[in-house]
Amino acid sequence: MKELICIVCPKGCHLRVDEEKDYQVTGHSCPRGAEYGRQELLNPTRVLTSTVRVEGGLHARLPVKTDGVIPKEKMMEAVRLLDSVRVQAPVKTGQVILPDVLGTGVSFVATRGM
Amino acid sequence: MYDLIVIGGGPAGLAAALEARGQGLEKILIVERDQELGGILNQCIHNGFGLHYFKEELTGPEYAGRFIEKLADSGIQVALDTMVLDVTPQREVHTVSRRTGYRVEQAKTVLLAMGCRERTRGAIAIPGARPAGIYTAGAAQRYVNMEGYMPGRRVVILGSGDIGLIMARRMTLEGAKVLACVELMPYSGGLNRNIVQCLQDYSIPLYLSHTIVDVKGRERVEQVTVAKVDENRRPIPGTEMVFDCDTILLSVGLIPENELSKKAGIVLDRRTNGAVVYENMETSLPGVFACGNVVHVHDLVDFVTAESQRAGAAAARHVLEGPAQGDALEVKNAGAVSYTVPQKIRPQNAGKTVDVFFRVNRILSESVIRVEDGEGNPLARYPRERMAPGEMERFPLPKVLLEKAKGGFITVTAEEA
Repeated sequence: MKELICIVCPKGCHLRVDEEKDYQVTGHSCPRGAEYGRQELLNPTRVLTSTVRVEGGLHARLPVKTDGVIPKEKMMEAVRLLDSVRVQAPVKTGQVILPDVLGTGVSFVATRGM
Repeated sequence: MYDLIVIGGGPAGLAAALEARGQGLEKILIVERDQELGGILNQCIHNGFGLHYFKEELTGPEYAGRFIEKLADSGIQVALDTMVLDVTPQREVHTVSRRTGYRVEQAKTVLLAMGCRERTRGAIAIPGARPAGIYTAGAAQRYVNMEGYMPGRRVVILGSGDIGLIMARRMTLEGAKVLACVELMPYSGGLNRNIVQCLQDYSIPLYLSHTIVDVKGRERVEQVTVAKVDENRRPIPGTEMVFDCDTILLSVGLIPENELSKKAGIVLDRRTNGAVVYENMETSLPGVFACGNVVHVHDLVDFVTAESQRAGAAAARHVLEGPAQGDALEVKNAGAVSYTVPQKIRPQNAGKTVDVFFRVNRILSESVIRVEDGEGNPLARYPRERMAPGEMERFPLPKVLLEKAKGGFITVTAEEA
């Protein structure tokens, strides 16, 4: 039995996941919490947010996110890929900044226009 | 003459202006001191915004972007790079900007949405030297996420508010080593999910009931000493830990920014540091409304949006149907409840229910929120599994109950069941 705090929403439910009963989740208050509890033990993932250098825009940095979840243990490696990225303004929200991050099929996309 | 002038173009101002426009106001102006709309959301590049309001997980800039897009063809005017110097009780708004100089605009209603600012080192009196390298977490967030500067390499964070937790992760992702997050209280002031995904994910230790007792460094921070505190929050000798670091980030609370409100003579609440507001977010000055973090500091922007929409709708109603009427019940707090918003309710002017927001001043396990009228008659009770100071609470108070309340006030209290 493993105890977790759910991070799906700000409520922060205290979950209990039973590895011996096929990762059965209790303590959740929504279906997404049950899914999170199971996933977190089997294959923990996160959406990763960071910034890249942008030229010709209002600010020096453009915020980006992965457009889906990536494995938790790949976060540091994924964020380092952004160090060498340079983007020229104008940029649109949702524009792909770096496709297929580390073979995950997930892309870094811009989270604002500039 | 404007129907409505909104001061501040962050999430509160944007939602209020759009709602007022939707309810039929024609001439609306948003005054924003920055070069763009969106407020502090622009530097909150992490995700987790919008789960309540949009039913999806957005980053700060995306959340702001949704409202800024709607504004584009709404007919609402925006004055960027413009500072409001004064609001008068007659609802004249004095502004200054490089482009248009000094102006005075008259409005039928004014909406205060100036947000809040961070408590600084001066406000909490940390002992030790005064070298460079000590930042508020929000300032560091702006440097890293918008301006492209790295505030330091080895970091200790004092305070475990949400911005501090978010910055612990952010600095780590950008290559810094975050040595510790130090919290004076026995519990974190931030959301549980942020402790998990910002500290635990990166193995950053959280020291509860600890504080900084010394800062060393000539030009730049070189070392901080952290010690455990007793139940009276006094450092316990012999528990000191020394960290070699070049940077301290402070996440030690937010204060509603009410310089304009004070100058206008608006009645403030010492418990919230924000304006005293009625059920429709109207302040003590008729026709002047307030919403968002300038009223009380929220945990979630989604609730700022909802509150601001109520304020925007109320401003529209004030212009189109006339001022709100009716006697007000004062809302008092007792027990573990440290404040309420609204602080005054006019039952006659209430909708079907009035949402009452509050915070508790300690962690409560299974407990009950109780509402009584001025003569001690119980009006309502709401059970809760758990309440914590870091999480704002709310309950809906039905109008039919408010109309029954005797004695001119109601009391909201919370205690363990």
